[in-house]
This record gives sequence, C-alpha cells and structure tokens, in this order.
Amino acid sequence: MKILTTSFLTCAVKACKSSPLSFPLHYKDAELEQSDIAYNPRFLINILPRIDWDAVRVTATELGFTVPEEKPELPALDASSSTDTIEPADEKTLRELHTLLLETEVREGKLVCGNCGHEYKIKEGIANFLLPSHLGEFELFPFCFLH
Amino acid sequence: MSIDYLVRFVQVHETFRKPELEALACLAKISLEFLFYRECSPFCIIRLHDEKAAKALISRSVLSKGIYELWARATTYEELHSNIKAARSAHWPRYASSSFRFDIDVYQGSHSASQQRKLIESFDYLGFEGPILMKQPDQIYSIFEDYDWSCPVPKQIYFGRWIAGSQRDAINTYSLKSRRYLSTTSMDSELSLITANLTLAAPGKLFYDPFVGTGSFLIASSHFGAVTMGSDIDGRAVRGKDGRNIVTNFQQYELLEKYLDGFISDLTHCPLKMGRILDGIMCDPPYGVREGLKVLGTRDGSGKEAVYINGEPAHMQDKYIPPKKPYSLEAMLDDILEFAASTLVDHARLSLWMPTANDEEIELGAPIHPCLDTISVCVQPFNKWSRRLLTYQRIPEHEIKVRSKPKTRTAIEGSKADDLNAFRKRYFQGFKTQGEPERSL
Repeated sequence: MKILTTSFLTCAVKACKSSPLSFPLHYKDAELEQSDIAYNPRFLINILPRIDWDAVRVTATELGFTVPEEKPELPALDASSSTDTIEPADEKTLRELHTLLLETEVREGKLVCGNCGHEYKIKEGIANFLLPSHLGEFELFPFCFLH
Repeated sequence: MSIDYLVRFVQVHETFRKPELEALACLAKISLEFLFYRECSPFCIIRLHDEKAAKALISRSVLSKGIYELWARATTYEELHSNIKAARSAHWPRYASSSFRFDIDVYQGSHSASQQRKLIESFDYLGFEGPILMKQPDQIYSIFEDYDWSCPVPKQIYFGRWIAGSQRDAINTYSLKSRRYLSTTSMDSELSLITANLTLAAPGKLFYDPFVGTGSFLIASSHFGAVTMGSDIDGRAVRGKDGRNIVTNFQQYELLEKYLDGFISDLTHCPLKMGRILDGIMCDPPYGVREGLKVLGTRDGSGKEAVYINGEPAHMQDKYIPPKKPYSLEAMLDDILEFAASTLVDHARLSLWMPTANDEEIELGAPIHPCLDTISVCVQPFNKWSRRLLTYQRIPEHEIKVRSKPKTRTAIEGSKADDLNAFRKRYFQGFKTQGEPERSL
C-alpha cells in the first residue's frame, strides 16, 4: 500500500463515511519498504490537485516523514511538453513527492478507522477492506429496530 | 486543407472499429470525418487535416493494420487509372526517385503471382524511377481490392501510399498464452487493449479496475502509459498463488512502475473516498456464470453481531473469511455507474463489459446515468449470448441538465443467484425459449 493510495482511502463501513474521523485511515504497526520506481512527473502534476494534502500530512507524520504544511504548487504540464521544461526548484519538489507518494510502501501493518476503530490488515502490501457481516450492513440496522 | 486517407481495418470485432478510431481521434485531439465505412469491409475512408494527424491517429490502433494516403478509388481499373492521373499526377514527381515497392491487398479474393505482376506493371505510367526495395523502401504503394463473397470481380478498388502502421503487434506482446498469472476469466490481450483505447488510457492518467482479477485491463492501460490500481472482492485473485500475481504480470512486461496498488474490497463497500480522482475506469464485472456475482453480506440477513472465538473477535483473526451473498447484475451495473459518476474527473471515461442473451432487446438493457454520456456500445457475439462493451464519459458538472436522482431500482426478491440474475438463469437453461427442446450450449 503506497502513500498515494492511502490518501484516497477511507473506512469501508458506510456509517463511517460521513464522519470526518474516518479519513484518513491511521497506520498501526506499519513496516515500510522503499523501492525504486521510475520518476513520472506528468502523473504527479496531474494527480496532485486531487490529493487531500492534510490527509497526506497526517499519514506522513504517523510514518515518521516530514512534509511541508502547504500543498506544493506545480506548473501545469501540457501534453506536448517534455520533462526538460520543468524548473529545477519544481523538479526537486517533484522528486520529493515521488519518493514519498510512490516509492514508499507499507508492506505489513494495519489501517485503522478513527471513527469505528475497525482495523484493516495489510499483508505483503495488499490491504483487505472486506468487512465482517455485523459491520457490512449498517444501512439495514434501522429496520432491525423498527418493531 | 484536408486529405482523404484509407484505413486498413482487420475484419474482426467489427462494431469496435469505429469507436476505437473515434476514441483515438479524441485522444490525439484531431478532427476525424468518416467518408466511407461498412461493417462488412476492412477498407474505410476518412478525412483528416494532414499526414501528422494520420500518424497520430493510427499509432495506437489495435483494430487496424495501417493508414494510407488515398490516391484514387474506383470500381474498375480503367476508372482507377484515370482517377489517379486526374487527381494525383502533380504529386508523382515528388516520389520519382524514391525507392519503392508495390503491395497487393485483396479482401475475399486472390491473384496468382503472374496476375499480380501484370497488375503492378499496369501502373507503369506513374514513372517511378527509384530502385525497387522489398525491405524498408522509402514509399510503399498499395492496390486494394474489395470483393463480395465468392464474386469474380471486385466491388471496389483503391490505390494508396503507405503512411504509418498501427499497434496491432501489441496483441502478441501481451498474449495470454505467454502470461504467467491467469484465471479462467482473464480478458484476452486484443480486447483489453481495445478497452484501454476506448477508455482513453494515456501517460499521466490514473486508472482503476474494481473487478481486477488477474489485472488484464491494468496491464493494457499501463501499456498506454496510465498509472493503474485495482481491487477485487476475491482476495485470492489480488494476492495470487505460487509467486505469481498481478505484480509479477507487471514485472513480466516491464511495466511495474505503472502499477500503483491492489487491494481487496467490494464495490458496494468501497474504501475509496468519493471524490473526483480517477481518469478512467475499466471493468468486466462477474456475470455470475463462471464466477459468482457476490457482495458482502449474508443471504438471510443474519450475522448482525460480532462472533467471538476463544474471546477473540473472529473477524480479526487471520483465517477469517467474510460472508458473501449473491447480488443482481442489474444492481451491480447501476452501482458501477454511480461509482463512476462520483469518482471520474470531467470528460474521463468508464468502460464496462456486460452480457446479454441475443434475443433480448439490445438497447434497452444498457444502464444509463444522468452524469454520464453513452459514447459507444460494441458487441462481441457468441452463439446464444453476447457481451457488450459499454463506454461512458463523465459530463462536466455545469453541463448536466437534469440532475435527477438515479432511478430507484425495484428490489428483486430472492436470495438465490438464479432469482437475482436473469442472465445467469437463462445461461444455465441454454437460452431456450419456452417449449423449445433443451440443447447444449
């Protein structure tokens, strides 16, 4: 589970979705692995506006990384331009983002919901978000208590 | 200025060919006008701005072999020669000293070697003085003949100059025959690549498959440069077996840097935060035939309380398998559309495969959504059923006319797979109509 993916994930329990506590999920007992992945500035520039930076900061801090308070601003990259046109300062920011968001992976550990406390296990980098039946069908609960 | 080009299609997956070319035009931001297209012919005439556009258009095509600058079309050779002379004689001197070769491409017909030679020599008047090279000449000229089945004379003849080739070779590169991690329902490389083209996979984009299986769609869209992630309710598919999994498939094709993540989840209980983050969604949801169509839950609605084993919650233990219940295909398709509407960025696409019995009303079955435009419906027919590739495009928020609430589907009674899923039921009944004797599929 990479940090970028983590920044898109919330609790799978439907009743938790509306709670601000359910996002981002919190790492517990995380074993990190750093890998070497080809630098992809076009992808980073495209995806950065969609990232919730506060969530990235929470996750990064929990895992022991420091990140700037404000989301870095990057120039738009038009379809025809190449990586050569990126300013050195932006290049440095992009490389740092690349290392944090794409090269850092949690291989083993748990992701915990701050609202319901449910723990999602991560094994060999793959998180399991399947819910036990008593958590999966919250939306049906009102019917159970009708009579 | 606009020029006419001939696209040499392959004569398979006919209904996918035009949508693929249109998608590629959209991706390359070029204007494309179809002047002649028939499902029964591999030759198609289009109008484009220039040669650069022609190269950009065809370079990613999977359902064509190449594109040619069209010099003339006719029904007889006499007419063809006079058309070439009338329309193209000013262009000949430009190629007079180039090395060249002639190709003859005949659809549903054939010529002997001596007939071919005679045919090529009839173009003598073009006055090409350059050397004839069979390998890598500067120019390739091609004579195309289109015959109706077992007809002695061609119905149409074309003459063109080769511009650029397609990416049909990628079908072999990604062939399932040599892929190391597969399942019974892995999508073949040709249809995966076509699906990636229709969904506009490209460098810099983020693509997602919520029914990832062994990752065929992710591989295809990463081939075109997209960063991809996938999930599946079946943890065995995501994890793989015996050291073979989605990651090793990406490694096999040297695309690992394009694979973001895989996780185990159910679309009806998806952990992705609802927000406009995706550039494309491609999926082939289970039909409930070879693979069960299931979501989290229990058939009888039981299991409302946590179960404890030796004082430990059962669901926190390593071997725990959450209960799953059958689900209706129609409900799943509606869920996918709703998910796509909430997560795709403006103009991003969703491609999904769905099955239908051939005698059902085709257009009625395709689900619709107020935030999604239906771009194309392509059909792959089998004997008694077919599967369709539906492609949708997210409408920008300010252009959505009626933001009506998605139709509330009528709850389907029953908890058995057959009750929930009409397609599955008909499949196992052999698609026979009432009173018809049973036949095997």
